[in-house]
This record gives sequence, C-alpha cells and structure tokens, in this order.
Amino acid sequence: MSNTRTIRFTLNGAPVKTDVEPHETLVDVLRQRFNIGGVRESCGQGLCGCCTAIVDGIAVSSCLFLAMFADGTAVDTIEHLGSSHRLDPIQEAFIEAGALQCGFCTPGFILMTKQLLDIHPVPSDDDIRHYLAGNLCRCSAYPEILAAVKLAARRRNSAAEPA
Amino acid sequence: MTPEPMPLSQVGRSIPRLEASAKVTGRAEYVHNLRLPGMLYGKIFRSIVPHGRITQVNVSAARAVEGVHRVVTIEDIRSIIPNPYFGPAFHDQPILADHKVRFAGEPVAVVLAENYRVAEQAAGLITAQYEELQAVDDEVEAVSASVFVHDELKPASTFADLQHLKGQRGTNVALDYRLRHGDAEAAFAAADQVFEHSFRTQPVMHTPLEPFVSVADAANGRLTIHTASQSPSFVRIEIARLLGWAENRVRVKTAHLGGGFGSKLYIKLEALVAALSLLTGRPVKISLTMEEQFFMVTRHACTLKIKSAVDKNGRITARQCKTWWNGGAYADIGPRVTQKAGFTAAGPYDIENVALDSYAVYTNRPPASALRGFGAPQTAWAYETHTDLIAEALNIDKLEFRRRNILRNGRPQATGTVVRDTGLEAILDRLAERLAWDQPFDRGSDKLRRGRGIAIGFKAIVAPTTSAAIVKINADGSCTLYCGTVDMGQGSDTCMTQIAAEVLNIEAESIQVIHPDTDVTPYDMGTLGSRSTFHMGNAVRLAAEDAKSKIAALMAELNLPPGSNVPLVELFRRKYGMQAGNIIGTGSFHPAYAKPDHQTGRSPQVTPFWGVGGTGAEVEVDTETGQFRVTTLVNVVDAGVPINPKLVQQQISGAAIMQFGFTVSENMVFHEGQLTNGSLADYKIPGLLDLPRNFINEWVEARQHDGPFGAKGVGESATIALSPAIGNAIADAVGVRLTELPLTAESVYRAMQAAKGKPLPEQ
Ligand code: FES
Ligand code: FES
Repeated sequence: MSNTRTIRFTLNGAPVKTDVEPHETLVDVLRQRFNIGGVRESCGQGLCGCCTAIVDGIAVSSCLFLAMFADGTAVDTIEHLGSSHRLDPIQEAFIEAGALQCGFCTPGFILMTKQLLDIHPVPSDDDIRHYLAGNLCRCSAYPEILAAVKLAARRRNSAAEPA
Repeated sequence: MTPEPMPLSQVGRSIPRLEASAKVTGRAEYVHNLRLPGMLYGKIFRSIVPHGRITQVNVSAARAVEGVHRVVTIEDIRSIIPNPYFGPAFHDQPILADHKVRFAGEPVAVVLAENYRVAEQAAGLITAQYEELQAVDDEVEAVSASVFVHDELKPASTFADLQHLKGQRGTNVALDYRLRHGDAEAAFAAADQVFEHSFRTQPVMHTPLEPFVSVADAANGRLTIHTASQSPSFVRIEIARLLGWAENRVRVKTAHLGGGFGSKLYIKLEALVAALSLLTGRPVKISLTMEEQFFMVTRHACTLKIKSAVDKNGRITARQCKTWWNGGAYADIGPRVTQKAGFTAAGPYDIENVALDSYAVYTNRPPASALRGFGAPQTAWAYETHTDLIAEALNIDKLEFRRRNILRNGRPQATGTVVRDTGLEAILDRLAERLAWDQPFDRGSDKLRRGRGIAIGFKAIVAPTTSAAIVKINADGSCTLYCGTVDMGQGSDTCMTQIAAEVLNIEAESIQVIHPDTDVTPYDMGTLGSRSTFHMGNAVRLAAEDAKSKIAALMAELNLPPGSNVPLVELFRRKYGMQAGNIIGTGSFHPAYAKPDHQTGRSPQVTPFWGVGGTGAEVEVDTETGQFRVTTLVNVVDAGVPINPKLVQQQISGAAIMQFGFTVSENMVFHEGQLTNGSLADYKIPGLLDLPRNFINEWVEARQHDGPFGAKGVGESATIALSPAIGNAIADAVGVRLTELPLTAESVYRAMQAAKGKPLPEQ
C-alpha cells in the first residue's frame, strides 16, 4: 500500500529496518516481523502490561504505540534482559520469590520492575503497588511479585555498595 | 548421566517451577506465539442480535479486500463436517451459526487472510440480516418461557444421566438434578423454626491473559491442532468424532497456557480451525481478542433459594435448596456443573433431611461453564449467607453455630457418600484463631464501622475420570515423564516430577516432562476441577513404581542383589553390551465411583475426595458512602499433604484474589441481551492495589488416604467460601444483608438507605 514507510531502529542492541503501515502497532511489528515472543498482546487497550516494551529507556504499552514512532529509537524487550545463561538479578528474584504462575504477564512485570528500581532504588510497599498497578496478573501472583521486587531491590542495592 | 540418588524426600520440597527460567526470560512457549509457514489468520464475524434467524450474510465486500484468502460460513463447514455440532454434554453448538443465532456475539462467519489485520479489517465489512426472535435472558423465567433456545435437546451419548432428555422439545432445561435424603417435608412440618432466603450471583468471566488461541494444520491425511487447551485428550476424541476419523489421525498438542481457570476446556476454537485448515489445505490460526473472550465462555449466573428447619438446640434438621443455573445458549459442561454443585448445595453440614433441585437452563447469553470451583462458589454464597442469617436470628455465635452443625469425618453427606479425610473442623478452628474470634473486636466509629465474618464450604470432585502416565528411564539412567496434565500456571509439571522423583529416589529437577501431545502422551480426562494432583499424581506414582519394579527385575536378571547400588547406565550396559535400551513404566488410575440413583440423586461413592476451603474477613465500611475495604483476608484450605508447599500456597492466594474480583467488582452486565462491558476497560479484574493489606493464606493438613503421598487437589478450594465471608463481614459492620453479587459500594449504600426506610430509586 502507498502509505508504507521504512523505519529503522535498534532492536535489543542490533540495528533493524522494516516497512510499516501507519496503523501498525509496535506489538504487531515486534511479534510478526521480528519473532519477539516476550511481548504479548492481551487486552489491546493499554491496561494489562503484557505488551510492555522499552522505547528509548521508557516502558510503553506497545499495543498502543504506533510502530512508525519507533523510527530512530532503541527498542528493548525482555529478550534483551539477561539470558538463560545469565539472568538479571530481577529475574532471579522473580524465580526465588515464585512471582509467576502461567508466566504470560511476567515479562511486563519484570520490565516495569526494572524501570521502578532504576528510578527508586528503595521503593516502599506503596511505591511498588502503585508503580505496578498498570500490570495485571490473572493468576494473581501479586503477593510473590511484591516480595520479588523487594528482594531484587535489596540485591541491587547491596551489589551497588562500594566494596 | 545417572542422577545422584537423593537422600532427601522429594515430596514436601518447595522447589521453584521447573520452567521458571524460561518464563522470566520471555522464552516459554505459548500457542499465542506459534507461527507456521503458509499460515492463514482467521477473524470471526459475530452476531449482533441475541436470538434470530439469519436471513442473509453478505460477504462480498470482505472477499474483495486485497490479501483475503476466503470467507467461510456454515455451508462451507458442512462440506467438511456434515453434522457440525459439538459439545461435551450436548451436541448442541454449531461450529458457525447454522441459520440461527442464539446469543449476541455468536460466530457467524470467518475471514481468512495472510495477515491478521487484513482479516480483521475485512471482517468489519461483512453484514448480516436477521429475523429477530424474542430472547430469554433470566434463568428462572426461561424455565417456563414459551421461547425455546433449542428446538430439540441433543445429549451426547457419553452421559447416561442425560439420556432421558434426548429428543425433548419445548423446554429450556438441559438437566434437572434432584436429591432426596430423609424426609425434608416432614421435618419442615415438625420444625421449631423455618428460615428461607433467596440469593443471586452474577455472570463473570475467566479472563485468562493469553486469550483463546488455536492453530490447525491439515496435511497428509492427518490433522495437527496446536491449542491452548486444558483438555487435549477430549479435543482429539471430539474432533475425530466430528470428522468420522480414527483418533490416531488427529494430533493435539499444547504448550504452556497463559492461564485457563476452566475456560480452555472441551471444544472452543479447535473445531473451527480444524474445519478451516481442511477447507484450505493450509495451517490456520485464530486468536481471540480480550473483548471476544467474553463471548466464548463465562461462569454461570445463578438464582438460589434455600430453606432450613432448625430445632431448639440450634441444630439444622432439614434443608431444601433450589438452584437455577443460567447456562447461556450452549450447554458446554454446564449440566455437569449443575449436578456436581448440586451434590453439595446444602453446605458442609450434617443435616438429616435434605431436598435439592438443580436446573441447568438454556438462555440467549454466551455459554456458561466451569470456572475455578465448578459451581461451588455460587452455592456457597447462598448457604453461607443463609447460615449466618440463621445464627443471627437464633442469637448464637456464628462460629459456634457452624461448629454445632458441621459435617464430621465418618458421617454421610447428603448424597450418602461418607465424608472422610477432610479438614472441615480444623479449618473452622484455624479461622477462629487467625481472626482472634474469641477476643473483643474493635467495631470502629459511626463513620467507619468495622465488622468480621467467616464462611466455609466444600465441593465434590468431578467423577468418574481417569489419567494415565508413562515414566521412561533412558539408557544413561535419566528420566522422562510423559504426562497429559496441562501446566497452565498451577505448577503441575513441577508437582508431577516431585511425585515420580520420590518413588525413584532421584532429584525432581533432573526429570524432563513431555507436554501434552496426544501422539505421545497417554490419555488424561482434562486439567480441571482440582483433579490432577490426585488423579494424574496417582498415575505418575504408579508409572514410577512400575519402572522401579522393572529396574529391580533387570537387576535380578543380571544377578545383582536387590538394592545394589550399581548405576542404571551400568545395568543397561551389562544387559545390551553398550549404552542402549530403556525401561518404560506405565501407570493408570481410575478411582471408584458409583453413579447417583436417578430418583434419589444419591450414591455411596460420589466423589474421590472433597475439596474444602474457608475464609475469614475483616472489613471497614464508610457509612456515608457505602465504600468498604477488606482489611484482613484469611484463607484456609484443606491441602491433604502438600507435594510442594510453595505451589500450594500460591494456589490458595491466587484462587482467593480471583474470587475476590468476582466478589467486589467483576460483573458481565447485559442490557436486552447485549453485553455492555466486555473489555478490561469496563470489566475490572483485581490488580496490585486491590490486594488486602493483611492477606493470610494457609492450609491444614488432612492426609488423603488414597492420594499420592497423602495429597489432594487445591486449585479451587480458596474460591468456595470467600464471597459469603466478605458479605457476612459487611453485615456484621453495618447490619445490612446483601443477597446478590457483586458487593459494591453502591449496593452497600442502597441497602443501608433501604434499612433506614429511605430506599434509593432503581436505575
Ligand atoms: S496488550 Fe497492551 S497493555 Fe494489554
Ligand atoms: S502469571 Fe499468569 S497472568 Fe501473571
């Protein structure tokens, strides 16, 4: 179609380009063109956080984010945070605290937790509840998610202390 | 490598889920992510009227869209499947609407395109005309209505107790379960006091975050279905029946499920994608949107009437319950919910005379089915609110009244089945302890009143069902478990490996689990109704024991003394002269069951075990607005002996929060047959901010004598009694009784105003 435009961005550290139409969302482009499985579409309305991706360092609901706006940005997904060989401390904390059941919402929670801890290294219980209020978990692993965020914060802070 | 023998017991370890690392890295497989070469995407066009004859479907504009491969209606489906009706209890549901629509949102046509968004856009161009028929909405009115959702009842041959309904016309009742125990009428006539109340529950939806998704791939005379399903074995049987094929030509595979909760059972999208793939010769995928999920399956709305006779000593002498289940347009498993929840509709009390009637009713709404509790939470809403009301009227402490009447182990329940291995009394004790029930309670101020409530309930487990498993010992001594239980987040893979590992004396984490694939994994009835830990757990235990005895036989054959510590790999080497071969252990489990008598509804063996849960709540109610906050929520379930305590704990808290949503916010609102709030924007499920501050989740151990290592299922137990506990706490705080779910600030405020003699106008 005539409105197609070529966009270029950095995806999980590697430069990529693709042709998109004006109405295409980032979640579609990441999933369909780049086989990114850690970004999922659930509510499609910006309400659940399953489609969370990081654009230029800021978490967005990629179901509401038009792909064209990703042109020239750096896009990161859960696939860029740790690997099965070396997990991020937040991922480790989610495993240890048992902060997941079906796992469908988990990448979104982990990416939001990272952003939370980057901004507020020592969040209060209230901070965590409010910051993660836009992420839904139908399995309701919420008590364990709270515990995981606190555990991750402790780990990051003790690792950050000068030796 | 031969895993090191483990001195530590594998059962009782709180190991993290085996797939936790795949899930935190976003690499776990879901059908949501599956793409096959040449795959077409389907988008469903849906009815906008709740009941009507289709006079025309115009698909030409959709067909003309660039990138559209084909538009399909029921006529096309018939060329593949001549009798395109499916369902677990009734063969009543057409794969696409068949000249008639029975609820607003019913699939009428499907657009297939190379790209999902193209299919979506083209589906928006389809139009249909209907000759509208009067619709039935209410489950009680539907019983005597002159409008019939189905012309004729078509029970599946699998359920003996539905056969008397075959061919019936002029009715909306899809099952009338009745139970008669003792002589309730005589007891009411002789009673000191009689209490009678009515209750209602609202329709709600499972809302798994991975919406329904299925992919079918027809090739080379076979059909492979990749589906987010809780019951792959059933899918295979039903698809084979529809096609008239042998079961072995159909292969059904699952991956991790992004939640299920009872929604992804039986046939959902599978029959449709199967027909579409056979029609086109290409793989076809259909994924629903969140909005569309509301049209797939729901939890029954109910009307419940309950009446009790009580003697001078505060003993319940008779109880009568009538329950009408709003089953929607297609029966799905509703008749089973009606019957199973019917068994326990009088509550966990020792009552000599019981009369129960439970009706599965067709209406022009989206189909209703099982949702985490198989109907038990609806019946408990009625009997536990009723129980509180009686105690209040008799001026007996609410805990004491329950203790006086509770069913004790060894006593027959209303069905005649003797209750055993339950933690009913222990749960009441624990709730009392956690709430400090015998201590003075701070009742708050005039503006902010405080109250507390308890409730307890139980459920029968779906029966008769069977599970089978295979344990394979490989030539290096490693172990692979083939098990048809679907891990949808509950952690069944982990729990099953712990059971196998316990028998084989190896480390659970060293076992690989093969996910459900009907070409490979043996039959399992389905992952539902808290049955897997008990049924599949026993099958896995038996399979591991079989493997173990074969290892012993091999040792004997090699002239090794029993218990010799020669590594397994060495046994295989000695036997075959090299690292080769394997040992296959099989296990199959089918607990005893006796069909209820059709006249009395009774049976000496109606359930393999009982699911039991209790809840205690403390609330704070703002008397000026009706706003309330649950400040303390205590859930205690009977967990048998937990295989993995951490996973058990999560099942309790997860079930409790889910039911909390069904109690205080979730409600599918219909207006003239149309759903008005079918999206997460208008249908609120719980988030982190809804979590009660003081949230306690525990279990009591009540060893299940025939469970695997004493275990029983726990996935639903915490849903059963939660709603009435909160309702009872609100009543304790402000003295008003809500009889209808959900409990909202508005309903509390309305009730308080009505109690003051200043009722608000209805909306
Ligand atoms: S899918 Fe984007 S927020 Fe729910
Ligand atoms: S773990 Fe299932 S939705 Fe969060």
